[in-house]
Order: sequence, then structure tokens, then C-alpha cells
Amino acid sequence: MWKFIKPRNQTLWFWQLSLLALLFAFWHVMTVPGLIPPMLFADERQAAFFFGEPLKIFVRVWAWFVRDADIYRHLGVTLTETLLAFAIGSIMGLAGGLWLALAPLASALLEPYIKAFNAMPRIILAPIFAVWFGLGMGSKVALGVTLVFFIVFFNVYQGVKEVSPVVLANARMLGASQRQLLRQVYLPSATSWVFSSLHTSVGLAFVGAVVGEYLGSSQGVGYLILQAEGSFDINTVMAGILVLTAFALVLDEGVGQIEKRLMKWQPRSGETEKL
Amino acid sequence: MTAALDLQGVACTFVSRHDPGQRYTAVQDVSLTVGAGEFVSVVGPTGCGKSTLLNVGAGLLEPSTGSVRVFGQPLVGINRRAGYMFQAESLMPWRTALGNVLAGLEFQGVPQAQSRARADDWLRRVGLGGFGDRYPHQMSGGMRKRVSLAQTLVLDPDIILMDEPFSALDIQTRQLMENELLTLWAAKKKAVLFITHDLDEAIAMSDRVVVLSAGPGSHPIGEFVIDIPRPRDVAEVKITKRFIELHQAIWSVLRDEVLKGYQQQLKVP
Repeated sequence: MWKFIKPRNQTLWFWQLSLLALLFAFWHVMTVPGLIPPMLFADERQAAFFFGEPLKIFVRVWAWFVRDADIYRHLGVTLTETLLAFAIGSIMGLAGGLWLALAPLASALLEPYIKAFNAMPRIILAPIFAVWFGLGMGSKVALGVTLVFFIVFFNVYQGVKEVSPVVLANARMLGASQRQLLRQVYLPSATSWVFSSLHTSVGLAFVGAVVGEYLGSSQGVGYLILQAEGSFDINTVMAGILVLTAFALVLDEGVGQIEKRLMKWQPRSGETEKL
Repeated sequence: MTAALDLQGVACTFVSRHDPGQRYTAVQDVSLTVGAGEFVSVVGPTGCGKSTLLNVGAGLLEPSTGSVRVFGQPLVGINRRAGYMFQAESLMPWRTALGNVLAGLEFQGVPQAQSRARADDWLRRVGLGGFGDRYPHQMSGGMRKRVSLAQTLVLDPDIILMDEPFSALDIQTRQLMENELLTLWAAKKKAVLFITHDLDEAIAMSDRVVVLSAGPGSHPIGEFVIDIPRPRDVAEVKITKRFIELHQAIWSVLRDEVLKGYQQQLKVP
């Protein structure tokens, strides 16, 4: 019997979903008032107060997406901030990394400053950005950019530094000019490093957007969570977290697809097919 | 007639970046000429600065002293008349086989239709006609070497510099490619400077074999004209009488140097 239901590649998704359902069931049983006698809390309502109730959370999500359909505006804002932060941060990181890797003097001059900026807990810049760019989308994008920039920057810098000297010499012998070297050798070589950091940087852009909203805004999913928290509405907070998690997964999957398409020149282990 | 490549009194001293007091003179007092249409091989013990010489000839490395002339002109910067086939992997991994062969033509701004035809032609000549859309990681080592060969020769350089191009290949593929190279060379009569550690290969392919001494400060210690008639087959030529005589003559010079080079490597702490 176990042989048939044992998790394997084809049935893995089923087991993964079952695990999720089990988790929610456990959550439900432990929190719904009056279902089982309270074990950890003095009052039977306290578990629900601290952890929320899955059913109410789903009702909340349903209301957001279907009944009232009022979350799309907020989601749109958060996603726009994320994508803007990601795009601007990546392009700046790519340009900065290429420049510093190819200009040893500038790199030597700026090194301590870059180290300092990277070591600084940059979330703390959020209040300053709020003053500079207002409570709109600008300050959230700026926060996301500071998070994304360094990830991409360091990866590109590393990527350019580690271009194979033989490939480089070969391209020069084939007659490549400085510009052609940049476009045809440094850039493709650096892109592979950028892509390896893309999953992290999309995640960080999302963090920047949500944290920015959470610290002060008038729209966005982070704002919804902040509002709910202000009225101790733990169910809405949890619903917001679930929605954010789901969209983070979607973004990550999107990056994976782009990566697959652009990086097909990279060797992947185990490309053989079992017959 | 002016020589295709002419190195006079070349010395290369490398200074350690971390410790300027540490110097290493790889080659010293090297004078070497390759005539137009001549096939010259350089053999020598391991680590004797053969590749250094080639880099000097390619213009990738400036000699500490001495002069380099290319068809009579002093060499400044990259040697534009030379094609260089490297010992290590040199293909761009993000380009397909065809893209790699096209690279040089693209860099030089050859019109696309024309460059495409030339690249296709060269891929066929190295026996990779149907593999143009493969990426380097999808090809075997031998196939990658052949792409490298096509990549270098498609530009039709007047001087071909080769750094142990076939040393990574198995013996059968190697003989095939050596014969292929000889055929191509015979048709176009380019100047070839061929670096190898394999004496058999050097004798079988060349017009002239130059023996380098063991490093540091290695320099030519012997020169042998290979008077075996062409066209040659690299496998068949190895059993001829003249080949064996030449092999013995060159080996007697080379052997001491190989031992010396080996001793030196043992001494390094």
C-alpha cells in the first residue's frame, strides 16, 4: 500500500498540498474558540486573538479579491513599487558594477564607501526617503532600490572580475574593440552572475516596497496590514501576509522562467533523458 | 623576403605584484623568425616559456627587451595579422558554435550575409556542419577545439599562432586534426608558429623545429630543418627512416633540458 502512495516526482505536488491542508487544519483546530478546551491560554478566545482563525482569514481574502474586489488597487501599487525598484536597482547595479570593475582607480577610491553603504542597515533609510520623496510610491521605490542595487552591484563586479582571461585574450585577438569587449564579453559574462542574484533581488525589492508601506503610506498591501494591526484585527494581518507570500512566489516563478529562457547557454547538470 | 614574424633578442621578466623583489625571467635572448608560408614548431621542456613567446608574437604581452617585427613593421599593440589558437578553452560559452566562428567577422564589421556564408563554410571544413547551433557546453572537447580552429582560421590570418592546440585531444582525433591542419596550411601557405611539447607532432608537421632550453631564462639551443617531403601524413611519416633520424638528433638535445627542467621543478619548495 505504501508503495503506491509514497511521494515521488509525479505525486509530489499532491503531498505538498496535503501538507498545506494539514497545516491549516491544525491551525483551525487550535484556534477556533470552543472547539477544544484551551491548553496554553487562560481564556478560550485568546488563541484566536493571537493567531487568527483560518476560516475568517479566507473569508477576508475572498472579500478582498471577489466580494468587494478592493485589494487590486493596493496590490497594483505594491507590485508597481516592487517592479520599479527591481528594474531601477538592477540597471544601476549593472552599470555601477561594470564601471567599477573596469576602472581600477575609481574602484580603489570608492571601495570603503561602498563597503560602508553595504554594511549599513539600509531599512533605516526609510524615514529619510519618506521625507525626501513623500508618502507616495517614490519613497518605497527608493528603499527597494537601495536594497536591490548592492546585490546586483556586487554580483556584476564579481562577474566582470572573473571573466576568463583566455576568453578575453581570444576576443582581443579576434579583433574586438574596447566597446565590443564590453558588450560581447563582459556583459554576457556578468549577466550570468546577475541572474544568480535575481531571485534574491526580486525578493528584496518586495521587502523594500512592503516595509516602506508599513512605515507610512496611504495605499498598498503593507498599508492594509498596518491599518488592520492598528485595530488588532489579526485575521486581516494574516490575510495580508498570505497574499504577500503568494505573490512573492509568483514573482519568483516569473524570474525562474526568464532565467530559463535567457540562460540556455549555461550547462545544467543531468541533461540526459531516462528512457 | 621579409619574415612574417621576427623576434630579435626578446626577454620577458615578470615581477611579482605582491613582492616587487621577486622576479622571474621566463625567456631571455630569444631570436626567432618565421618566414612567410613557413611552418615552425617550438619544442621545449615543460614550463620553459613557450606560451610566453607566443603571447609576445601575438602582441598580448610586451617583451621587457628586444624587438618584434611583423612583415617588417614593428609590432605595436595586438598583432592584427595573426590568429591565435589558445591551449585552454577560449570559446565564448554564451555563443553557439556558429556564433563563436562568426565573432571575429562581427568584430571586424564584415557584412552579415557574407560572414554567415564564410562561417558556415568553415564549420563544414572542420566537420561540424550540423552542429552550428550547439553551445560549447553541449560539445565534446574535440569538437570545441575544432570550433576554435574554425574561429581562428575563418579570419584568414597571415600568421597562425598555435599553443599546444591538440594536446587535450585523444590520439585519433588528434591525428585527424593534424592532417586537416596540414592540408589547410598547404592550400593557403600561411606562416605558422606552432608550440608543442610533443616532439613527434613537431617533426611530423613542421618545416623547422626550434628547441628551447629549460627555464628560467630559456632560449633556443637548437634548430633543425625537417627535410621530409610533403605532403605528409602525420601517422605514416612517423615510421620513415628520416623521421627516426631527426627524432634521435633532436631528442639528444632536448633530453638534457627536459631533465634539467624537471629538476628545477622539484627544487621549488
